[in-house]
Amino acid sequence: MSNGAGNRQNEPFARVVKRAELSTGKIVLLRLAAVALSLIAGGIFIACVGQNPFVIYGTIISGAVRSVMAFQGTVKVMIPLLVTSLGVTLAFKMKFWNIGGEGQIIFGATCATFFALFCSGMNHVLLIIVMFLAGFIGGGLWGLLPAIFKVKYNTNETLFTLMLNYIALHIVSYLRDGPWMDPGSQGFPKIARFDKNASLDKLFGIQFGWLIALLLVVIIFVYIKYTKQGYEISVVGESQDTARYAGMNVKKIVLRTMFLSGGICGMAGMLQATGSDITLTTSVAGGVGFTAIIIAWLAQLNPFSILLVSFLFSVLEKGSSVVQSNYGLSTDCADVLQGIILFFILGCEFFIRYRFLFRKKEGTK
Amino acid sequence: MAKQEKSLYAIECRKITKTFGQVLANDEIDLNVKYGEILALLGENGSGKTTLMNMLSGIYHPDSGQIFIGGSEVKINSPVDAMNLGIGMIHQHFKLVEAFRAMDNIILGTKGKKEKNKVTSEKIKEISQTYGLEIEPEKYVCDMSVSEKQTVEILKVLYKGAEILILDEPTAVLTPQETEKLFQILRKMKEKGCAIIIITHKLQEVLEISDRVTILRKGKSIDTVETSTCDAQKLTELMVGRPVSLEINHPPVKESKTILKVVDLTVYKADGTKAIDDISFDIRSGEILGVAGVAGSGQKELCETIAGLMEASKGAILFHKENLLGKTPSEIIEKGVSMSFVPEDRLGMGLVASMGMTDNMLLKSYQKGKGAFVNRKPAREMAEGLIKQLDIVTPGTETPVRLLSGGNVQKVLLGREIESAPSVLITAYPVRGLDINSSYTIYDLLNEQKKKNVAVMYIGEDLDVLLELSDRIMVLCHGKITGIVDTQGTTKEEIGMMMTGENKFSDQEKEAQR
Repeated sequence: MSNGAGNRQNEPFARVVKRAELSTGKIVLLRLAAVALSLIAGGIFIACVGQNPFVIYGTIISGAVRSVMAFQGTVKVMIPLLVTSLGVTLAFKMKFWNIGGEGQIIFGATCATFFALFCSGMNHVLLIIVMFLAGFIGGGLWGLLPAIFKVKYNTNETLFTLMLNYIALHIVSYLRDGPWMDPGSQGFPKIARFDKNASLDKLFGIQFGWLIALLLVVIIFVYIKYTKQGYEISVVGESQDTARYAGMNVKKIVLRTMFLSGGICGMAGMLQATGSDITLTTSVAGGVGFTAIIIAWLAQLNPFSILLVSFLFSVLEKGSSVVQSNYGLSTDCADVLQGIILFFILGCEFFIRYRFLFRKKEGTK
Repeated sequence: MAKQEKSLYAIECRKITKTFGQVLANDEIDLNVKYGEILALLGENGSGKTTLMNMLSGIYHPDSGQIFIGGSEVKINSPVDAMNLGIGMIHQHFKLVEAFRAMDNIILGTKGKKEKNKVTSEKIKEISQTYGLEIEPEKYVCDMSVSEKQTVEILKVLYKGAEILILDEPTAVLTPQETEKLFQILRKMKEKGCAIIIITHKLQEVLEISDRVTILRKGKSIDTVETSTCDAQKLTELMVGRPVSLEINHPPVKESKTILKVVDLTVYKADGTKAIDDISFDIRSGEILGVAGVAGSGQKELCETIAGLMEASKGAILFHKENLLGKTPSEIIEKGVSMSFVPEDRLGMGLVASMGMTDNMLLKSYQKGKGAFVNRKPAREMAEGLIKQLDIVTPGTETPVRLLSGGNVQKVLLGREIESAPSVLITAYPVRGLDINSSYTIYDLLNEQKKKNVAVMYIGEDLDVLLELSDRIMVLCHGKITGIVDTQGTTKEEIGMMMTGENKFSDQEKEAQR
């Protein structure tokens, strides 16, 4: 027809079209393809910095699982990631954007540390339980605070939880430089190492937090899927109007869920401080609160998928620290790799829902 | 050849096809409109009317097929393209900036330098005089009534020089009087040589305004007929695909006792304006009380107040002489007052879109069982029962309800409310957007409840249906009751008058008011 090139009403080269719902098998295939592609792209990156990608990939995996000790190290990395991911999942299920996992970890750890430092003479089992509760309640309160403002004044929870991260961090700095400074450190600002009585016991050579984390996977799964409270969370997440219409007390549900969400994150902090670090530092959270958000969404808020995804993340992290010591490749490179993988996997979500339609050539049918 | 076409058709669509995922929304649709003609596009919900019009206005892009404007083929890639081709669409939901004046809204999106206010204002007045529109260009949109806003929408497209107008269900929000005014304007535009496409599913309006009717069914164009050769019965047959009866059952009222009494109720919206202004009425068992009124006259607030979702500032709602105000929504549900509100987006309230039927059945009853766990078994059985009873088409009880068609979604919603065996059933817009068949299923369901001595309050849009279905009709206007009348002995016109705010009480009600 008369629709010549250069006409400003030319059809665009490609358009995005919603596709029919794919079968589960196809979705899995698409995701696997995305992982494969991300490994190739990551490989190109590794080649660019002058290393052999196959060797590096091999080292990452063997570095994470080659020996019992390596595997224990991987699990140690995984514990806070897994617990925190489960914590933020509760809030996300309710569409409450809890970006404050970091702060909740730190504050939970801080509360637990109080007992570790000042009540270390207590009966060991009792002390652990008390610290556990302190971590849970501390993190819970840190999560409750933005929830209160949200239900009362409808403040933006994303900003609020994010800002609380910095407040929690600087509370620890203050305690480290002031009231809680280790008297034996000769003026060097650090908090004392916990008494043996106040550190977590080990089970199969790893702090027993891993057992708690695994139990938590099952508990959260059952909680969301089979309990009344879990049902309420899903409904509130879908539509607050519907929840109110069904006679639910939305405010109460939001407050309760954020307390639980923050509490679980606080527990992760307690496990990290008393189980792995055996002291409190400003890096007790170390970005876990943010990585957990990525894990939770990658796993589509399914607790069992979270277990898998957080394990893979831990392998990458532990493995790349081995790569650093063996090949001198900075762990920052691992972060770049992580970024590349995420880019592909999140990008593939787009292709699950949409496809491109390209312009047909003139005259063809 | 091309020249001849130009003189003939303003728009010509040939074999337009559009799919969304697996859904074939438009299947090789042919459609044409001449200059100086009004074409009605008729079809049940989901027959592809709006999709087709959205392609003409550049919001969607057809998968295949050709569009000719004034005889030459065009590709419409964006609303800007559509505007440049002289196509203007007036959407069902107004697209106006509330905080702007009418004139600001009208010139929004026009190219070229902004002229002085006075010049623009003059220009607008000139156009409005040509077409017989009434407008105050300096008035703020937020201060306007619905029909004024619509006038602004129309002027917006005329100002941009549109010669082809598409109106998507323009009368849904208007009173009968306002509709008549709109039709006069449309006729004037037609005289000036505009081509007009009007989407509606009110048959009377089609017969009144259009020259020709194109009927769509399930994404296909079935037929195009001259309006003068048609009547409502024939159009319905073409639309549904087989003969249907247009009668609604009206079982007589058996016994009637006042169950729910609203006394001097005043409710404020969150923004501080009065939503309901000192109203009193009662709902009786075994009868259907219809509620008429222009959209936004306080219907939603009334429903929500009775259901305990909104706070009232004055008055009382007495259910068996017990005040419901101050009770929580769950307490009110437990007493047997059921409210189902079908909002414009159909799913917004009452159903959870991403959950299956089972979980949606649980919505109001999940608290009932003991312990911390949800018991899904009875809900699943109830869902299975409803599927059989109401012929709900769904792949299974766990399929998310958002994947069901509109009619089935509404059956799920109403079915659940009825299953809870309420003594008061309040239902707002239950047939909103439903095809004729499903609508009649819903009417039957309501009549069945009436026979079971349930007090039914039916808030509806279509006056003809309200008149046939209900026993009494209450008319709301700006949150006030302008009349409660028996359906026997009233007319559509009378109710239309009351919808615009003219008080008219039956003698009995007058006494009650004193």
